[in-house]
Amino acid sequence: MGKGDFAVELEDVGFVLGNGKRLLDGVSLRLPAGETLVLIGRSGSGKTTLLKSINALLRPTSGAIRVLGRDLADWDPIRLRRQVGYVIQETGLFPHFTVEANVGLVPRLLGWDEGRIRARVQELLRLVGLDPDLFGARRPGQLSGGQRQRVGVARALAADPPLLLMDEPFGALDPVTRAELQEEFRLLRDRLRKSIVFVTHDIREALALGDRIGLMSGGRLLRVSAAGDFFQTDEPEVAAYRKVFA
Amino acid sequence: MEYILSHPFEILKMTGEHLLLVGVSTAIATLVGIPLGVFLTRRPAWSRWVLGAANVIQTIPSLALFGFLIPLPLLGGIGARTAVVALILYALLPIIRNTHAGIASVDPAIREAGVGMGMTDWQLLTRVDLPLALGIIMTGLRLATVISVGVATIAAAIGAGGLGMYIFRGVSMVDDQLILAGALPAALLALAADFLLGLLGRAVTRKPLLCMKLLAAGALAALAAGGAFLLASGGEAREARPIVIGSKNFTEQSILGELLAQRLERAGFKVDRRLYLGGTLICHNALVAGQIDAYVEYTGTAYTAILKRTPVSDARRVYDDLQKSYLEGFGVRLTRPLGFNNTFAIMVRGGDARRLGVKTISDAVAHARRWRAAFGVEFLEREDGYRGLAAAYGLDFAEPPKVMDLGLTYRALADGKVDLIAGDATNGLVSALDLFILEDDLGYFPPYEAVPFVRADALAGHAGLQEAIDSLGGVVSDETMQRLNYAVDGERRDLREVVGEFLDGLGR
Repeated sequence: MGKGDFAVELEDVGFVLGNGKRLLDGVSLRLPAGETLVLIGRSGSGKTTLLKSINALLRPTSGAIRVLGRDLADWDPIRLRRQVGYVIQETGLFPHFTVEANVGLVPRLLGWDEGRIRARVQELLRLVGLDPDLFGARRPGQLSGGQRQRVGVARALAADPPLLLMDEPFGALDPVTRAELQEEFRLLRDRLRKSIVFVTHDIREALALGDRIGLMSGGRLLRVSAAGDFFQTDEPEVAAYRKVFA
Repeated sequence: MEYILSHPFEILKMTGEHLLLVGVSTAIATLVGIPLGVFLTRRPAWSRWVLGAANVIQTIPSLALFGFLIPLPLLGGIGARTAVVALILYALLPIIRNTHAGIASVDPAIREAGVGMGMTDWQLLTRVDLPLALGIIMTGLRLATVISVGVATIAAAIGAGGLGMYIFRGVSMVDDQLILAGALPAALLALAADFLLGLLGRAVTRKPLLCMKLLAAGALAALAAGGAFLLASGGEAREARPIVIGSKNFTEQSILGELLAQRLERAGFKVDRRLYLGGTLICHNALVAGQIDAYVEYTGTAYTAILKRTPVSDARRVYDDLQKSYLEGFGVRLTRPLGFNNTFAIMVRGGDARRLGVKTISDAVAHARRWRAAFGVEFLEREDGYRGLAAAYGLDFAEPPKVMDLGLTYRALADGKVDLIAGDATNGLVSALDLFILEDDLGYFPPYEAVPFVRADALAGHAGLQEAIDSLGGVVSDETMQRLNYAVDGERRDLREVVGEFLDGLGR
């Protein structure tokens, strides 16, 4: 992928449940490679549904999705997911795996040899600020919330995927740890230049981390703007966010 | 405890048989049940039907299930194989249900993370679902094992051996020692299995992946052992086949089975004993299916319970009808009657009979107005029981007959609590308590002659078999049968010895 390519493209994507309920409605967007798009919206606005449609965990009922330059229909979902890092809240770690096994999961699924996996796991744990010798053999249950989330990020990065999907990754953390992780995430993002779709309902997080911000409501993508321009509109939903931000 | 202490090796052997039945069946049930439970989590629409079917199977009383299985080819028959099949069926439900529930209880967020990382369904199953569900699956396995230890005691009813042999023998002989010899090791076995699997279950939650591998290896090993075991028990029938003698599960039947067996052994035949099989139906099914070659049946029982005819008092006619129907319907021949008639017998105290000169039921009618009577429930209820008897002879007592446990009526009569009972003509207590059996001079009771029922193909295939069995014709009188019953039940003597001495006395 050269510059100017898109990591994710959605065209008029709709998702209607059997009972007529509309989860997504006419969503179109393009994520240029190397950019971070933050999706913001209230609970039930469709941001998580949109995210899960990108790695084929959910199948929208209409529209077209292209990921990493290829139609979703042409992807083997298993192979696609191994090339797309996926971070969810801390509950997504496997409680019966050690930290090392959690981080090394996707490389292992891809069949890397054990020496390479070990080296990669150590590198990643250091990258997210965890000492491999200290934490590698622990279980998720023996870590703090912040540590668990670092492991989650390391796990998503393990196979060096060009695209990361992050679903409220810092949502369950206390404000101080959260601010720390956001800062580290920003440094990491600038260093690695991955394409990232990041879901949150926290406007401060969106402004701090996004190159661009997409605002969702009722299954529709109301507006996509540069992070700095988010408030430059009369959109009433934006006004609501302005109120909390002030 | 005395019996247990004096027969340690025999009990160890029976416990071993028991353990083999439980181990093989639980292993197979595990190898079938866990995949089935997993399948249900992948195809939820099926779960209602499969769990429903497993539920239904579990509600079938075990003896009935054994009865259903005996006539089936391949799965059925008499012996360990059928027992293993039944035990598998019982063990399936807890294993399927817990596998299903265990996987359903895995946090959906964790499963979704697995899918989102790019796990295939197989990887999700082996690395996430099964390890996290293993604790609950182990609980199901534990439950299945403990159930199997219990049900396996009933497997003795179809000749599968194990600790149930003691329990069945003990119940039929009213011998607490024998019952304990079976029940105590079975209870200990259940507790030990529960404890060990509990330990394993706790280990599992610490190292699920390792334990899964161990468990799979263990189950496969048990399956291999089971396969060899089933093949071996199937192959047994094809070799130079011994003559298989069965019997029902009470003392008189085991004596008669042993009598047939020893007589044939003395005539040079190789004999395989399958004594203490469940009831009439199990023996009959086994005989018809060729699982046993012979057992001793009572003509009245065969006539009413198997052929479903109304009782008839003409012994000759019953015998001839049976001979014809059994040969045509089942390929079974009746050999010569052994001599005694195990019918209901109207009894009074020997002293009364001698003092009053009462010999027949007709003689007793005159005295009955001053007498009290006691009967078992069955005799009072049955059409051919008390009502018919009273009508046929014009019997009438001082007060309406008491209802009592059949086994207690003998003692009640001897102690003078009552003056007339309807007992079992061959019960050993008759002579021991000096009771007198009144002759059924009007021929009211249908005949219950003891006759060896033998498969026609066995008679045709073994020269001299017919002669050997016929040589027992007429040698066991009512009194002889009473004596033999009393020797085993009353004097607690060894079955083989008692029968051996009897045959020695006959010079056969």
